[in-house]
Amino acid sequence: MKVLVPVKRVIDYNVKVKVKTDGTGVDLANVKMSMNPFDEIAVEEAIRLKEAGVASEVVVVSIGEKKSVDTIRNALAMGADRGILIEEDQGVDIEPLAVAKILAKVVEEEAPELVILGKQAIDNDMNATGQMLAALLGWGQATFASEMEIADGKAVVTREVDGGLQTISVALPAIVTTDLRLNEPRYASLPNIMKAKKKPLDEKTAADYGVDTAPRLTVVTTEEPAAREAGIKVGSVDELVAKLKEGGLV
Amino acid sequence: MAVLCLADVAGGAVALDATAKAVSASAKLGDVTLLVCGARGEEAAKIDGVARVLVADDAAYAHGLAENLADLIVSLAGGYSHITAAATTTGKNVLPRVAALLDVMVLTDVTSVVDADTFQRPVYAGNAIQTVRSKDEKKVITFRTSTFEAAGSGGSAAIEAASGAGDTGLSAFVEDKVAESDRPELTSAKIVVSGGRGVGSEESFAIIEALADKLGAAVGASRAAVDSGFAPNDWQVGQTGKVVAPELYIACGISGAIQHLAGMKDSKVIVAINKDEEAPIFQVADFGLVADLFDAVPELTEKL
Repeated sequence: MKVLVPVKRVIDYNVKVKVKTDGTGVDLANVKMSMNPFDEIAVEEAIRLKEAGVASEVVVVSIGEKKSVDTIRNALAMGADRGILIEEDQGVDIEPLAVAKILAKVVEEEAPELVILGKQAIDNDMNATGQMLAALLGWGQATFASEMEIADGKAVVTREVDGGLQTISVALPAIVTTDLRLNEPRYASLPNIMKAKKKPLDEKTAADYGVDTAPRLTVVTTEEPAAREAGIKVGSVDELVAKLKEGGLV
Repeated sequence: MAVLCLADVAGGAVALDATAKAVSASAKLGDVTLLVCGARGEEAAKIDGVARVLVADDAAYAHGLAENLADLIVSLAGGYSHITAAATTTGKNVLPRVAALLDVMVLTDVTSVVDADTFQRPVYAGNAIQTVRSKDEKKVITFRTSTFEAAGSGGSAAIEAASGAGDTGLSAFVEDKVAESDRPELTSAKIVVSGGRGVGSEESFAIIEALADKLGAAVGASRAAVDSGFAPNDWQVGQTGKVVAPELYIACGISGAIQHLAGMKDSKVIVAINKDEEAPIFQVADFGLVADLFDAVPELTEKL
């Protein structure tokens, strides 16, 4: 079984982002970029399926600016077999609908039985691409997965939902999106990083797939959230209780 | 304009708080038709601002399976300019699928309605607020419940039956493991007491729970506490867990990472108890107490 894993290059999760003062967006110049954390979990899960003999090949795909090649190499160093870079540099974040349409074409071409995506990208916080891809393909979807088992042409997935966990079974081919608890992604070792440089990587453009990537949403402004007023430090529990009572909070 | 709002259903009943908040946000856009799947519609019909309730009681819609629900919503979508839901796990699961089937973008976690085409939503873990204008004919939106007031409950909308194509056969429900709790629901609680890595163990989480019970509060947790097994994952507050905005948020043994702040920094009053005076949580706390939580939390519980 072939597994396809889409990965996104995003601002590193530890970076405190700065909003540009002219309201045009977030300052991404000279900022550390990394693989979206949920996508690392997706890559890890695909590699584990391969190690368990369930998957035969793990193909990683990334859509975006040329530098996304680093993100793909990172996934290859973790253990993926092959990469596809789809270059599409609009200078803005490509919307999940356009990404899902391109991915649907890649799925047609590659014919994987399973696509594992992160549940959301930590930059646009959309949480939509996996669901949209499932819709475009007419496949079943198992979102926010914290456990997954493949057997008898089905994926049995435990999902993190409000109030607890839900287990569903989805007929393959299917879409799974990863939640934080699915696994602990491995680090790429130095020898594997060297080996990853020799793994095959196709370079394409969105135009090759004939997908219209024009944004449906116009970003009018990007602003800083309202700042909180500076607080005070209290010296004791008694003082804290007094402050809370004063404010009518308890 | 007319809005089709998907009611949030949990455990076979309409989750009234999340649904009432989605209705109050939706009502800014037009007449609200509430779609109730897999539950009875009587309670939902009382929510103020609901013009009509559609109840789909086919077993295929009982467990929030995205494939079945999305097809049903798309089959009903004809007369509506906006399709909405609360940004709960059900809304997030189903609405992007609906949007793609309609060939429109989805607007997730919307915090403010500017006009019928223009909305605000947080990006980068809430460190930037984007105002976006949709060019799509239909708007598909999930609303962040913590930023909208719940609509009242004096209404009396008419209830009608809705039916769709039923089961797509793409997925099937196996089981629910619902965490039992007598405490208020995290996203609608007026007070939230949260514990982080500093709590140290599942056993010591009892002091957090004791304080919460004293205050009639819900219990939250940081990712570190959940990953370490101190607390169940549905208690997680943050960018990838639940977003809360209670009157009072008490963070105990939580450093205040960007991802955690994303889930609670709109709380009215934030209290931080941490022994590290350099912890970033103190930068957003209204009242900070530098102390060992094992001393301070039981003392606080006793003195309240």
